[in-house]
Amino acid sequence: MQLIINGLVIGSIIALTAIGLSMIYKTLNFVNFAHGDFVAFAAYIALLTNVALGMNLAVAFAVAILATVALGVVVEKLVWMPMRRKNATQTTLIIISIGLALVLRNILIFVWGGDTQSYNIPVRRGFDFFGAVITPNQILVIVTAFFLMFLLHHLLSRTKIGKAMRALSDNVDLARISGIDTDRVILRTWVIGLGLAAAGGVLYGLVTAIRPSMGWFLLLPMFAAVILGGIGNPYGTIAGGMVIGLSQELSTAVLPTEYKFAVSFIVMTIVLLIKPEGIFGWVR
Amino acid sequence: MILEVEGVVSGYTDLDILNSVSMCIRTGEIVSIIGPNGSGKSTLMKTVFGLLRPRSGKIIFKGEDITGIAPDTIVKKGMGYVPQDKEFFPSLTVLENLEMGAFIRNDDISGSLEWVYRIFPVLEEKSQIRAGSLSGGEQRMVGIGRALMLSPDLLLLDEPSAGLAPLMRDMMFEKLIEINDAGTSIAIVEQNAVRSLAISDRGYVLETGRNRFEGRGADILGNEDVLRLYLGG
Repeated sequence: MQLIINGLVIGSIIALTAIGLSMIYKTLNFVNFAHGDFVAFAAYIALLTNVALGMNLAVAFAVAILATVALGVVVEKLVWMPMRRKNATQTTLIIISIGLALVLRNILIFVWGGDTQSYNIPVRRGFDFFGAVITPNQILVIVTAFFLMFLLHHLLSRTKIGKAMRALSDNVDLARISGIDTDRVILRTWVIGLGLAAAGGVLYGLVTAIRPSMGWFLLLPMFAAVILGGIGNPYGTIAGGMVIGLSQELSTAVLPTEYKFAVSFIVMTIVLLIKPEGIFGWVR
Repeated sequence: MILEVEGVVSGYTDLDILNSVSMCIRTGEIVSIIGPNGSGKSTLMKTVFGLLRPRSGKIIFKGEDITGIAPDTIVKKGMGYVPQDKEFFPSLTVLENLEMGAFIRNDDISGSLEWVYRIFPVLEEKSQIRAGSLSGGEQRMVGIGRALMLSPDLLLLDEPSAGLAPLMRDMMFEKLIEINDAGTSIAIVEQNAVRSLAISDRGYVLETGRNRFEGRGADILGNEDVLRLYLGG
């Protein structure tokens, strides 16, 4: 039971952060290796607001999302959009994103150092839940994640811009042919994707130590979730994130903890071999 | 005259597919553009719609020079384009596909929706179904319906009958007549020349990126050179 709770918590975080990775992957046709470092960046901004400026965590949460989204918009305007104009190849974009990941991570190390840190919040006792312990932080993570996913669902299925985001992730050329201002929709996709990643990053800081490499190490499970859910399918990604989170945690019952991340790699490899289009084609 | 193409040279980065093609479409006409594989039919359509930039030549739409203008601008001027494949958004429902066709409109789209549903009643029945799970013919209807949502003055169709079962193909050509009767001029690029010319006012035959022949649909069908071009004689 404890493992299931832990799995749901980490699964919610993977799901939340991986949605943006998935949508950008499909829409712009490249893997953004810097995505994980945006997650870490958000956790550090929350840390800054919470610890150094002494604000409460809710404020820190909002500030972190705004700062991360702002950074993402700047990068889109200065890097990705000009690169699209020049018809940069997928490989070029991937290499740029790896470079961006390194820059971001080293800025975090430069400013905050490589040590692990944590938010300044009171430590509260966990509740007994069917023989397992669930901490208030874990409850906060799950509830916030599901609330944000619900908002995302509303955005994607009910609003015009949300439908356009799905349309672009389906077929950018056809969207352009239909007269849709694709640059505008892509910018919105970054905002939503990185906003969710930032939220996931702040929440991740609640249940794990904050360190510069936290996002980078989350990248592999995120990829696994994206591939499991079918690239570009946000609902599949959510389901994929949950599956990866749960299987990572449940694996610790039989395998040493160090092998946790290998589980997502194995799941990803199996899916790529057997059903490369993802196994959640039906959740749309 | 709704569209005039004058001496257009166009193609890909270092390969010209069209070596000077001229054609025109009069308001209200259905015009077929036919020719063997590699003759430049699709390239011509993509160039007219701004997806490819012509190296030289002129494209005039409703009296306005639109040479080299981007597709998202051309769409707003009243031209619609249905590409040969991937003509729909597979993960969106039929209704959402049609809504995306009308994305740039901020007014009430229910009138256009009704019109599309009247032409393709099956789309109304399946409006909540994901386009990706429809049959090939229904997906084609979604693609055409999407382009109709802006009530274009000129509709460009790239191989509207390709890959369809014979019955569906006949129906598709009938639907094109229906769309044309409602006031939309139509340009069709077709492999299936006979059926396409049969519903067209006029046709153009292209060969290796040049005008080969033009005339009324029946004249082209009766032309021996054209028949040889197709029958491989």
